[in-house]
Amino acid sequence: MQHIRAHVLVCGGTGCKANGSKEIQIAFAKELQSFGLQDEVMVVETGCHGFCEHGPLVIVYPEGTFYCGVKNEDVKDIVEEHLYKGRIVQRLLYHEPLTQDRVPNYSEIGFYKKQHRLVLANCGAINPEAIEEYIAVGGYEALAKAVTEMTPEQVVEEVKKSGLRGRGGGGFPTGMKWQFAKASVSDKKYVICNADEGDPGAFMDRSVLEGDPHRVLEGMAVCGYAIGADEGYIYVRAEYPLAIKRLRIAIQQAEEMGLLGENIFGSGFSFKLHIKEGAGAFVCGEETALMASIEGKRGMPRPRPPFPAVSGLWGKPTNINNVETFANVAQIIVHGADWYCQFGTEKSKGTKVFALTGKINNTGLAEVPMGITMREIIYDIGGGITNGKKFKAVQIGGPSGGCLPESMLDLPVDYDSLIAAGAMMGSGGLVVMDEDTCMVDVAKFFLNFTQSESCGKCTPCREGTKRMLEILNRITEGQGREGDIKLLENLAKNIKETALCGLGQTAPNPVLSTLKYFRHEYEAHIKEKRCPAAVCEKMARYTITDACRGCGLCARNCPAKAISGAVKKQHVIDQTKCIKCGACMSACPFKAIIKS
Amino acid sequence: MKSLADLHALRDKLKADIKLRKETGTKIIVGMGTCGIAAGAREVMKAILDELNKRRLLEVQVQQTGCIGMCEKEVLVDVVRPGEARITYGKVKPEDVPKIIAEHVVNGRIVEELVVGKIDE
Repeated sequence: MQHIRAHVLVCGGTGCKANGSKEIQIAFAKELQSFGLQDEVMVVETGCHGFCEHGPLVIVYPEGTFYCGVKNEDVKDIVEEHLYKGRIVQRLLYHEPLTQDRVPNYSEIGFYKKQHRLVLANCGAINPEAIEEYIAVGGYEALAKAVTEMTPEQVVEEVKKSGLRGRGGGGFPTGMKWQFAKASVSDKKYVICNADEGDPGAFMDRSVLEGDPHRVLEGMAVCGYAIGADEGYIYVRAEYPLAIKRLRIAIQQAEEMGLLGENIFGSGFSFKLHIKEGAGAFVCGEETALMASIEGKRGMPRPRPPFPAVSGLWGKPTNINNVETFANVAQIIVHGADWYCQFGTEKSKGTKVFALTGKINNTGLAEVPMGITMREIIYDIGGGITNGKKFKAVQIGGPSGGCLPESMLDLPVDYDSLIAAGAMMGSGGLVVMDEDTCMVDVAKFFLNFTQSESCGKCTPCREGTKRMLEILNRITEGQGREGDIKLLENLAKNIKETALCGLGQTAPNPVLSTLKYFRHEYEAHIKEKRCPAAVCEKMARYTITDACRGCGLCARNCPAKAISGAVKKQHVIDQTKCIKCGACMSACPFKAIIKS
Repeated sequence: MKSLADLHALRDKLKADIKLRKETGTKIIVGMGTCGIAAGAREVMKAILDELNKRRLLEVQVQQTGCIGMCEKEVLVDVVRPGEARITYGKVKPEDVPKIIAEHVVNGRIVEELVVGKIDE
């Protein structure tokens, strides 16, 4: 074997792959060959680095140089300049948006500075398709320690002491959940990993599965040992083909090494894992619906109790946790609960991965300690709002969460303060909205999502969300009536109290939180028939200003013949005929038509 | 794999493969400016990699740098041991490499006759 002097890490996450990172890998192989460096430089495909906005990403070690937005034609420069001559390719470095400084090193980029990557520690640093790299960074040590040195009781106790809470939404203490499943007496128990990530804008589970699949398998195996289960399922949506592929590879490698399967570490503990591909129904993220789906039934929730810990998959005691929750387990076992407790707040321990999307400069994944403020996440890590616009609101927790306004930006992000503010942690999707966003429209978007994903089993969710959506539709179309807000609030309250599962119970949250913080926008829509952000098309009003030169282009482009005027004179739009298509505005060469 | 010890043994073996991304041990830096390349820096680099490989010194990092202005003295090779001064060797030929690695990198004895400079870091 040759002495490898440099590693070129090419991101192979879904985001970077979509931007052509596979081709870049091939180009690297070709260029290294042509410079005769193929034996001394190694190209490694890694999982997601979280900085998806700037992909495809390439990191060159030992220097740790961070190249972003790498294209095929840049590969030759990196090979010739950096790998051959040792000169960093300046133009491909990350530019700090505020200072315009070029930042060569991974750890010095603002996006990463405030992050605390525990769960994502290996994502982007190791090859997810090589179990050797996971073991080299300390992988499977937690499993070995648990099964050879600890009793199941001690494992449960450690997880309880760590204060780890479910990362999938509700935030139920993980240790308690394990204890309930452990306490159930049965000849057969199951562990399930909920990887049915479905919140719009959330992709942290996918990234963990793609970037560090072994960490999740290890967490599940430790859980199996703790509760006395010998079989587990990973329920992952079929829309995540790369995650599924890497999970399959990971399971196979772990089995070959004896880290999964019979008699693990000679302890007598056996654990088998299966992958169940879900068809992508949002409701299957609900635990009882998820189990029904594994059993081959229609994915619909059932009333609880009995809780899965008592009667779960095929009527057997089952413990079900989310991907990120399982990804936290190994480090708690290896470093201990006390170590883990140093991160986070009193009631919310550890870190949380957030998916930053929307009108934010640094779209991507950020892992931060609990208790950090929203402002730090959005401005320091996220790099602020795109195009220098003003921040308006952030939607947190997906369709079950809520919208928080600017006044809540200094809120510490943890389970309890978010609930108190009318939102929730959810899986950790953060959709940032700027001043051009209509909050009624946002509420409509999320309600539309839950409405179409409602399984239809219980009336409050099936009918209630439909009626709420109808009201929102008419408000945004300028047909809002006096009393609509009251009606919305009434329906929301009833649905929350009576729906069968979490999906229905939280479906009204986006409406309630926007009503709480942006009530004036609803009122403007209903009373003044006006959309303050000029988003709702049906309420838009196009007018021609005195910048009009009378060229007549607008009139010729109007499909409704609503524009009239003499040549070289200011034209006017007949509002009764206008169909708000906006064709005149895009046709005007003098920017004389405004939308309000 | 049957025990925690087995896992640790495997881990220690595999660690070397990714050490490059984690730690910084001793560094060897080769001047790869146009002057360096013209003076045979690539050949020196190859000799360094071969020698490190022969001696299984997998934890030593090999980096390159650009021209530092002493073109006359190329090929320039710097050796930095953790916590020690950066020693620059000049007019290095491939045949000097085994000596630099054996004496300086492994045993910490500077090869005085090839030294052209020393930078305290």
